[in-house]
Amino acid sequence: MRIPCPHCGWRDSREFTCIGSDAYLFRPEPDAPMSAWDDYLHNRDNPAGPSRDLWYHDPCGTWACVSRDTATHAVHGATGLGDAR
Amino acid sequence: MRFSALRVLMEGLGGNAGWKPHWRKAAPRDEYDMIIIGGGGHGLATAYYLAANHGITNIAVVEKGYLGGGSIGRNTTIVRANYFLPGNSEFYSHSVRLWEGLESELNYNVMHSQRGLINLFHSDGQRDAAARRGNSMLAQGDDAILLGRDELRQILPYLDYEQGRFPVRGGLYHKRGGTARHDAVAWGYARGADRRGVDLIENCEVTGIRIENGRATGVSTTRGEIRARKIGIVTAGRSGQVAAMAGLRLPIESHVLQAFVTEGLKPCIDHVVTFGMGHFYISQSDKGGLVFGGDLDFYPSYAARGNLPTVEHVMEAAMTLMPMIGRAKLLRSWGGIMDMTPDGSPIIDKAPVDGLYLDCGWCYGGFKAVPASGWCMAHLMATDEPHPVARRFRLDRFATGHLIDEEGTGSQHNLH
Repeated sequence: MRIPCPHCGWRDSREFTCIGSDAYLFRPEPDAPMSAWDDYLHNRDNPAGPSRDLWYHDPCGTWACVSRDTATHAVHGATGLGDAR
Repeated sequence: MRFSALRVLMEGLGGNAGWKPHWRKAAPRDEYDMIIIGGGGHGLATAYYLAANHGITNIAVVEKGYLGGGSIGRNTTIVRANYFLPGNSEFYSHSVRLWEGLESELNYNVMHSQRGLINLFHSDGQRDAAARRGNSMLAQGDDAILLGRDELRQILPYLDYEQGRFPVRGGLYHKRGGTARHDAVAWGYARGADRRGVDLIENCEVTGIRIENGRATGVSTTRGEIRARKIGIVTAGRSGQVAAMAGLRLPIESHVLQAFVTEGLKPCIDHVVTFGMGHFYISQSDKGGLVFGGDLDFYPSYAARGNLPTVEHVMEAAMTLMPMIGRAKLLRSWGGIMDMTPDGSPIIDKAPVDGLYLDCGWCYGGFKAVPASGWCMAHLMATDEPHPVARRFRLDRFATGHLIDEEGTGSQHNLH
């Protein structure tokens, strides 16, 4: 599997660390209720098919929001986190 | 049809013409008392114990493919009770005791083999942690023996003890751990449930869960509508999709875990050996293949196959620990879909919808749990009360902070 780093282009997946779902991009406000924080930290759509998840490119230190298919491992593209929100 | 040595002998003399299918091919009826979604190990065990322990037999197990075609057929068959934390400790202890009586309970040869399981350690700190874990296993009523390097050499002569990276200092020996024949576990529970009147409905995919006035009342399937008072979701890696049909979002992310088997060899590995520092574990099947695996690929996946970097990592760990394995030819590799929770422990609980029950989040440890999971899920569905040994496997523990984080790495999806 190869992953497109927004900074370096397509690179071998072993250069990356995947932290999981793009749900981490949507952090609740500090005064949000506990249920919102529980949802943010733990609960997931967990899609079987098209998905977006967050990968860190270890050599260059760039985060990427990667569009993939979890059923086929096809990788469609990636954006930086600023554009992904 | 009851299995016995006499029966095998008589069938052999009669040309094996008298064997019958082990369960009926049931067609769905309009209504049951209970529906179990998922005909894998946990679902079939749940149906079996509902019938055997609680006398509830008007049950349908609906399975989208064939019985035992999911994770129960894709694991590395290890059975053990070497857990540490309250919650896990009593549950897996209960499970191993059920394993020990399973073949006579089911009248089915599940090839349960208590060949012993050894967790290796490589430093003073790890040895102290192993001693502490062993004491906890003894306190829960199970067995553990702390082996030093010389004692370990007597039973595992083939390890590379002097390797530079992780020299082997000893191991924690759990004699009642071992393996079982994974498919036979599914078949044995299926046969036992069928004989008690449970309908096992294959090629029947659930496409919706009907909810009326806040209560689950039935399921839509590719073979029609089925109504029931109580519905259990026991769908392992697919739990997220099935729960979404009831409007639920679960604390689960599905990942791929790979496993490997070599060509058949003469007996050479007599135990289950785990090399935690290298992310590697191995045993030898009764057919002779060396069955081994490592860690997750560490990205969400439903592909039931993994990628090469993890293959490479597992092979490197294997060569580090036991260089003799380099002489064996790898026969097959495959992947399973792991329903990973943030703390690495499972969920057996009522769902926030009345009449709906969850048994999921087994991470990469579901096989050994099959008997106790079925036992406890059946208890929950029959009595609406959690079974004492599964009462901590709550759905809301992530919100309340009552985590069961066996690895002590934190409650976050990419850490287990």
